[in-house]
Amino acid sequence: MTNKTVLHAKHIEAGAKMVDFYGWEMPINYGSQIEEHHAVRTDAGMFDVSHMTIVDVKGADAQAFLRKLVINDVAKLDVAGKALYTGMCNHEGGVIDDLIVYFFTNTDYRLVVNSATRVKDLAWIAEQSAGFDVAVTERPEFAMIAVQGPQAKAKVATLLNAGQLAAVDGMKPFFSAQADDLFIATTGYTGENGYEIALPADQAADLWQQLLDAGVKPCGLGARDTLRLEAGMNLYGLDMDENVSPLAANMAWTISWEPEDRNFNGREVIAAQRAAGDQPKLVGLVLEEKGVLRTGLKVVSAEGEGIITSGTFSPTLGHSIAMARVPRSVKLGDTVEVEMRKKLVKVQVIKPSFVRNGKKVF
Amino acid sequence: MSNIPSELKYATSHEWVRNEGNGVVTVGISEHAQGLLGDMVFVELPDVDDEISVGDDVAVAESVKAASDIYAPVSGKVIAINEDLEDSPETVNADAFGDGWLFKVQLADEAELDALLDAEGYANSIDED
Repeated sequence: MTNKTVLHAKHIEAGAKMVDFYGWEMPINYGSQIEEHHAVRTDAGMFDVSHMTIVDVKGADAQAFLRKLVINDVAKLDVAGKALYTGMCNHEGGVIDDLIVYFFTNTDYRLVVNSATRVKDLAWIAEQSAGFDVAVTERPEFAMIAVQGPQAKAKVATLLNAGQLAAVDGMKPFFSAQADDLFIATTGYTGENGYEIALPADQAADLWQQLLDAGVKPCGLGARDTLRLEAGMNLYGLDMDENVSPLAANMAWTISWEPEDRNFNGREVIAAQRAAGDQPKLVGLVLEEKGVLRTGLKVVSAEGEGIITSGTFSPTLGHSIAMARVPRSVKLGDTVEVEMRKKLVKVQVIKPSFVRNGKKVF
Repeated sequence: MSNIPSELKYATSHEWVRNEGNGVVTVGISEHAQGLLGDMVFVELPDVDDEISVGDDVAVAESVKAASDIYAPVSGKVIAINEDLEDSPETVNADAFGDGWLFKVQLADEAELDALLDAEGYANSIDED
């Protein structure tokens, strides 16, 4: 049984090539994923992300529950609408999923988790919520459209009413606001400015059409992947999974170690890994000659072997980039080798961040 | 169904061959193949004067999705390569049967052309994929 988002017909109408994405029939591209990629870097593009899972967590213990569930500390959130990127780990310190937590009040939060991990995430959240006074409610009645790019906000603004404009006026990155039927967040997965907009499913096709009429280019999963990789953002299932520590997935920054008595899931194991310094790390790789670094290729260095977790051709840079998990002793700036098509090619090791706001950042 | 010009010959591995006369052919990949591969990012071509034999992996079409070997559909000597693809690999996507050609070969044995598929045969081979 294949799921279809409420925008399925709009994708077909726009000439999308549809593929199966973990049980969802989604657009991979509408012709050229490279053109779609450039539209987001230079103008504005939109993605149907209605397959993602929205979960509301409400109740007297909502804060206490989330302080256990996720590795960042939601108690740091004190401004209504603020968003937080983090991960939820199992008791062995492996990443069950990465997610965004939106804070409204200490008793009212929204989580957005991956669609590919929906079933296990919901099961885990339900299991972990035992003993807490919380209601966990999935919100499948919402569709979600991400509008991203330097002109994204301006183009969305032409479609908003005065009240909605006021709600998003001056909104900083990683914030959100409920404005009439639209839940508008300054989050995304591209490294560009823009919004992610959740709205009642029956209004989604209209908004999609209005965005199209405003000159926003429909973009598929292909462009979404090259954009997120250029931005150095992890993809669950490739760059980390349940067997990978957040320390080995460039997610240490999403862990809040203070206060020491906050006993989040996996803390003991991850703290021991941190003390031992024995986890590999996720780095960026740059290949300036011909060829494309691909997922699964072996990395060879004087410090030992590693593996490419995500690799692609970077349309913005015109050469290949990748994220790779390598021994911790590999240093930024090192040159290592990747086994590609029976040859070893030299690549440079950098921080896993390649392009932000349309510009090269290394 | 993608376009499959009837004046060309084809290999099941998706290369097309155009007979230019005087024992010279032009080789490319089919519209169907470029569609499967998606946006092309690099095309590696043989060198002029290379001697190639049927079935040799002589070129690579690397797209956003995958690197795909291109096999020699005929034997002979490479006499020209499409140097424009160095800067504009996307031409293979835009015009697979025209400006997106890959290389030209001086045939060693013109009879090899008879072993290739015609448009109908190629269309059938795609259906079986």
